[in-house]
Amino acid sequence: MTFPFTKAAAGALMACAVAFGAGAAGVAPAEAKTLRMAYDADPVSMDPHEQLSGGTLQFSHMVFDPLVRFTRDLAYEPRLAESWEQIDDRTMRFKLREGVTFHSGNPFTAEDVVFTVERLKQSPDFKGLFEPFVGAKAVDDHTVDLITKEPYPLTLTMATYIFPMDKAFYTGTDENGEPKDAVVKHGNSFASRNSSGTGPFVVRSREQGVRLEFGRFADYWDTESPGNVSEIIFTPIKEAPTRVASLLSGGVDFIAPVPPTDLERLGNEADVNLVTMPGTRIITFQMNQDRVDAFKDVRVRQAIVHAINNEGIVEKIMKGFATVAAQQSAEGQAGHVPELTPRYDLEAAKALMAEAGYADGFSVSMMAPNNRYVNDAKIAEAVASMLARINIKVDLTTMPKAQYWPKFDERAADMMMIGWHPDTEDSANYTEFLLMTPDPETGYGQYNSGNYSNPRVDELIVQSQSMVDLDERAKVLQEVERILYEDAAFVPLHWQNLAWAARQGVHIEDVVNVMNFPYLGDLVIED
Amino acid sequence: MAFVAFFIKRLLQAALVMFVISLIGFSIQDNLGDPLRELVGQSVSEAERQALRDEMGLNDPFLVQYWRFLGNAVQGDLGDSYFFKRPALEVIADKFPATLDLVIGATLIIVLVSIPMGCYCAIRPKDALARTVMGASIVGISIPVFLTAIFLIYVFSVNLGWLASFGRGENLVEILPGWETGFLTLEGLAHLVLPSIALSSIMLPLFIRLIRSEMMEVLEQDYIRFAWAKGLAPRRVWFLHAFKNTLLPVITVGGVQVGTMLAYTILTETVFQWPGLGFMFIEAVTRVDTPLIIAYIIVVGLIFVVTNTVVDLIYTMVNPTVRMVGAQT
Repeated sequence: MTFPFTKAAAGALMACAVAFGAGAAGVAPAEAKTLRMAYDADPVSMDPHEQLSGGTLQFSHMVFDPLVRFTRDLAYEPRLAESWEQIDDRTMRFKLREGVTFHSGNPFTAEDVVFTVERLKQSPDFKGLFEPFVGAKAVDDHTVDLITKEPYPLTLTMATYIFPMDKAFYTGTDENGEPKDAVVKHGNSFASRNSSGTGPFVVRSREQGVRLEFGRFADYWDTESPGNVSEIIFTPIKEAPTRVASLLSGGVDFIAPVPPTDLERLGNEADVNLVTMPGTRIITFQMNQDRVDAFKDVRVRQAIVHAINNEGIVEKIMKGFATVAAQQSAEGQAGHVPELTPRYDLEAAKALMAEAGYADGFSVSMMAPNNRYVNDAKIAEAVASMLARINIKVDLTTMPKAQYWPKFDERAADMMMIGWHPDTEDSANYTEFLLMTPDPETGYGQYNSGNYSNPRVDELIVQSQSMVDLDERAKVLQEVERILYEDAAFVPLHWQNLAWAARQGVHIEDVVNVMNFPYLGDLVIED
Repeated sequence: MAFVAFFIKRLLQAALVMFVISLIGFSIQDNLGDPLRELVGQSVSEAERQALRDEMGLNDPFLVQYWRFLGNAVQGDLGDSYFFKRPALEVIADKFPATLDLVIGATLIIVLVSIPMGCYCAIRPKDALARTVMGASIVGISIPVFLTAIFLIYVFSVNLGWLASFGRGENLVEILPGWETGFLTLEGLAHLVLPSIALSSIMLPLFIRLIRSEMMEVLEQDYIRFAWAKGLAPRRVWFLHAFKNTLLPVITVGGVQVGTMLAYTILTETVFQWPGLGFMFIEAVTRVDTPLIIAYIIVVGLIFVVTNTVVDLIYTMVNPTVRMVGAQT
């Protein structure tokens, strides 16, 4: 086999020469399993702190290990941290696993965690998430404290984002004289080309946008893991039909995402293992109260929510591959209120419009992206035609996401589509970004293109941020969802479902989860 | 000397064209979207984004940015790709061999199929095979490349399992440093066949029809009648006397079509996940990787200018009457 020997690959290879040699030699022929996988895109960088995105986090779970990670039902599972306890209301103490080594051969200690948290606080993408933290403090070699500025309920959630990096490996300067630990968004930094983590896989070669190869790390600490994948060949395949065809023709073993149009077909194929799961990315429309006076009237907003048949959209446009939403928090999240149900009722919508004095309707402009969310443009068209039935004339423009986001920032239309997946998997995160009163100072309401503002909601969310009693906190978050529902603060459509497909014998069902980071280290492949 | 004058004039024209292309390329970048959106996560604050924009010089006035770009461009530096984090020209040079493989593959198919087919249809226009070919070529020309490609994948890759559905394969042969081709291994060829057919599917019917009509016209000319009258063998009349003169317009059109073919590689490469220039470009557009977009536009512009110049030169060699026009200017 030949593989392109790029500069990046050379660097990575030198960095993990030990592991590579051992990996090649240590695998018994009967055990050797290669996973050929195709995603729609490959990770933008080998630096886990360069971009906060699904691709980066997926990569992090392969090459690095977090302190703790979520299980499939959103419970916490120990990884590099063996146990943890809250020692005062601002400090959580983690006992670290002993005998763990990095790909470089360096031992893993508390200093690496301190280094990693400091680096996270430097990263433009991650510093927002780590804003509540003072930092990490090493107590001894295998004990570390995470200290927050205020009492903070999500410390453990944030620990799922701490993938310890090899301090010794990333210290010093590279051949260009740049510091090796620099986080560079748009440059050729050391960390974007080289990696040393503790994870199950070692990057063997990388040609960006074309191919990424991993070998299993011979000295991986988790010897209990059932995973038997010794080699991963990751190919980005952007076109959905090609991705599906590659799986069907046996060119690859595992694909994601699976396009909704092919779900039925793949489900019927005997030798395909299709796994689907409800997700937590909510798709909504916002109604701009600064641009349209009528939207200030709660009856008009309720009328719009009542006029939109989101169950119909899920059934017809999403082919059942989404979960109808009436609130932001998905089932399983703290703020989810089971009693809030979808409100489609055309007669009630017409009555509300009449009551508000808009029986004859009005005209609004609407914008939506056409390549960001699943079927986004089709959904927008459906919503526009549904609004026509209550005499709201919609002037709809759809555009690629690259053009859409600047428009969204300008608040360029009366109704705009926005989808949101909380990085923290926490209910408060939706409201912080989508519906709190916009404030450039704090960053709240950054994606609130409706300019919805309710002081009570703002107060409750701020309150929730320092509540360490999680049951009390859930009640506060549920109250927020109820207020938003009563206020018709936004138009809830659905949560996108997640789907993965593999050939039979590749047991992806055991490693996938709602965050969409399959734990490939634990993947079992049968012949 | 007329030839040198012709050449210098061409060079000056090319420089002007390149300058205009760079200006247009540079001025549309504001309409492509915001590169920062693709560089940072969704929850990153606006202040953080502004700081990055300042750092990257994106907040400078247009003329300042363009001047800086031109200054670097004349030194051969078209900027660094945001996504690949390497000089844009280097990225393009890396992707070029893949596209060249594809273009050569498609050209081979076009040449090997369109010439015999075109001649046959001209010589026996009423024959059933000729009618079938002409009918099929109408269908071929009207089906989008995208559809042809997906159809090919489903038939030959998914159902029959004969050929690969994506990529270039692993066993490529390096013929020059950094220059790999798939033509020399079985695996490389298995990956090349479908994309080459898809890419040729638009141009092939066009060339069959072009060769047919040109040849039919030539066959009506007086010198062919004299050749028949002289009692020459049919093969000699068709393939020596008639075919030679058929080729002239075909070369002209062919030269111009090389550029069009590059445009179609965007579609073909996207469907087949072919790691070449076309796929790189469409990805760069969705990522708003402006330095790479501009570099691509300039390189493709250069390819157009070069191929057209080469075609003109070949033309002067094949058809001596053209040289007169060159000399006058």
